[in-house]
Amino acid sequence: MSESHGIIASFADTPSFFHAAEKVRDAGYKKWDTYSSFPVHGMPAAQGQGRSRVPIFTFCGGVTGFTVGTVMVWFMNAFDYPLIVGGQPFFSPVFPFPIMYELTILLSAFGTLGGMFIMNMLPQHYNPLFESDKFLEVSGERLVIAIESRDAQYDPIATRQFLEEIGGTDIEEVSA
Amino acid sequence: MATTSQESSLDPAQAALLARVQPAELVEQPLVTNNRDFAWVTNKICRIVETPTPTWWWVCMAVALVTASFTGLGLLWLVSTGVGVWGLANPINWGWAIVNFVFWIGIGHAGTLISAVLCLLKQGWRTSINRAAEAMTIFAVVCAGIFPLFHVGRVWFAWWLFPIPNSNAIWPQFRSPLEWDVFAVSTYGTVSVLFWYMGMIPDLGVLRDRAVLRLKAGAYEGSSTLKKKLAEGMDIFRKYLYAIFAMGWRNAGNHWRNYEMAYLILAGISTPLVLSVHTIVSFDFALAVLPGWHTTIFPPYFVAGAIFSGFGMVLTLMLPLRALYGLHDLITQRHIDNMCKICLGTGSIVGYAYIMEFFIAWYGANPYESFAFINRAFGQYWWAYVMMFSCNVFTPQLFWFKKVRANAALVWVMSIFINVGMWFERFVITVTSLANDFLPSSWGYYSPTMVDILTFFGTFGLFSVLFLLFLRFLPLMPIAEVKFVMPAADPHGHDHGHGHGDVAQGGQGDHH
Repeated sequence: MSESHGIIASFADTPSFFHAAEKVRDAGYKKWDTYSSFPVHGMPAAQGQGRSRVPIFTFCGGVTGFTVGTVMVWFMNAFDYPLIVGGQPFFSPVFPFPIMYELTILLSAFGTLGGMFIMNMLPQHYNPLFESDKFLEVSGERLVIAIESRDAQYDPIATRQFLEEIGGTDIEEVSA
Repeated sequence: MATTSQESSLDPAQAALLARVQPAELVEQPLVTNNRDFAWVTNKICRIVETPTPTWWWVCMAVALVTASFTGLGLLWLVSTGVGVWGLANPINWGWAIVNFVFWIGIGHAGTLISAVLCLLKQGWRTSINRAAEAMTIFAVVCAGIFPLFHVGRVWFAWWLFPIPNSNAIWPQFRSPLEWDVFAVSTYGTVSVLFWYMGMIPDLGVLRDRAVLRLKAGAYEGSSTLKKKLAEGMDIFRKYLYAIFAMGWRNAGNHWRNYEMAYLILAGISTPLVLSVHTIVSFDFALAVLPGWHTTIFPPYFVAGAIFSGFGMVLTLMLPLRALYGLHDLITQRHIDNMCKICLGTGSIVGYAYIMEFFIAWYGANPYESFAFINRAFGQYWWAYVMMFSCNVFTPQLFWFKKVRANAALVWVMSIFINVGMWFERFVITVTSLANDFLPSSWGYYSPTMVDILTFFGTFGLFSVLFLLFLRFLPLMPIAEVKFVMPAADPHGHDHGHGHGDVAQGGQGDHH
């Protein structure tokens, strides 16, 4: 057998899956994750993860959008080619507000989606877990916890035993 | 569930009181009925795209394509001849094109309302209808965009609307609400696509994984070798197509953490967006100094009307789909009730706005304004006003009755009335105000030409083509979100009775 990527274990229902995740967290593992076809409420805390950092990307996008909107209108209508229209001012913070507003939202949205991809390290072409049929069944109703071999605490036998102890079934080693 | 935990902490006197008054236990209807499990939900939704194309789909597609070709024909005619082929003439230079634009944009609003506003309000029932409603939004924006695009006259200069340097070195004029509209609608279209796509990533992953599993198992059933090969070929196609768009999504807890945050933020920014879009559309009218248009009530009135018409369209689409695909356990009577109630609420706001416009026209004591409104209801376009008023004000009032809401066929017919009524609303606003303006000597009467009619009816075909393609290739409902509101998704195992949605969506942090 080639080098191991990690061990996966399945859990019967959402509560046992959730509590198993808490036990993996408490056991001190770092390179592991839970896999379910739906978001489980409170799972980030059960996995010992903090708040997602996606909002930072949203904020950067929003600020960029607002600035671009303001500067663009000023540059185009007041600086580069001022035209008198209906006696209105060439620039004011009021009339371009819809432009600033829409661009803030537009770039926030791109920032959010981009941030989600960046934080999740997607797109990703390949992951060894996809080789396992049991892992693919996560898209149906299987609930899986995978502990990766690059974790400092990882031990092929002890980790397998640990997963059994916390209620894991269908335990399988996934090769890298 | 909340009652039981309270009862245990009550002192005897309170408990006795509680026993005496016997508060009614409100049972929340489940969002997925018949105790379906995760596997059932996944199969139900995935099988829609995985099974061979049903015959009705081909029939609908053929009809839709023929209808859509009317739009192509109408536009070809317009571009090769000139905007004169539309029934526009002084003083009515905004005719069906603008009416149709506002109509379609309005329809889109319900999709965003369901996906964004109801998400922020933690309305679990949105889950089974939000994907289709978002698709409806995007396709409606596509249909809407056609009209102002070609209304500019020389469509090959339409890119001047965007802040792109051109050889005349003139920039767009940002003091015009029409230019704001360019930004509002294009932002709306783009953000709706991003939101729709992001919501779909996990489900695309599901379709991908299922195709891979079937390919690995290799057991294809079919009457002939050709059919087996075809089924296998389709799965190979699915494996690659969905894999590209799923971006390597693997359902990890870490993925979900960032995804949920991103989803919440997109919902948060789409809410002010959707309110701004129809507000800015209403500015196209409200900022003109024309009696009947120049009113401050327009932004809220347009937004309410948009949500009203959009929910009408959601009902028009979802009720047949529910029957065709047997989705009664996912789109339950509770969903239909809620949608009808939103129609009732927004329809009543619209009715209030109609009446308030009249009140203000009288109270404002502006003779031009009061003429515009009396002329609207009793002038040469009285029939349009009657259509608008009866469809939009009276129809939704029937939704007060439970019996009406429970009759799917009746609700469907009423949703068509709402669509028709809302089209007439835009017609009344746009045309009556222009036809009889300040100077009676310049008054006119607007009638659409065949080109107007073909172009408009064709957009229903275009919309249907896009929607049918969506049905065939993409998951109709967000599988992950439907599972999330099911009792089995609750990590605290309240696997009995009612109220699971509350727990699954309720406060975090009761487990440390």
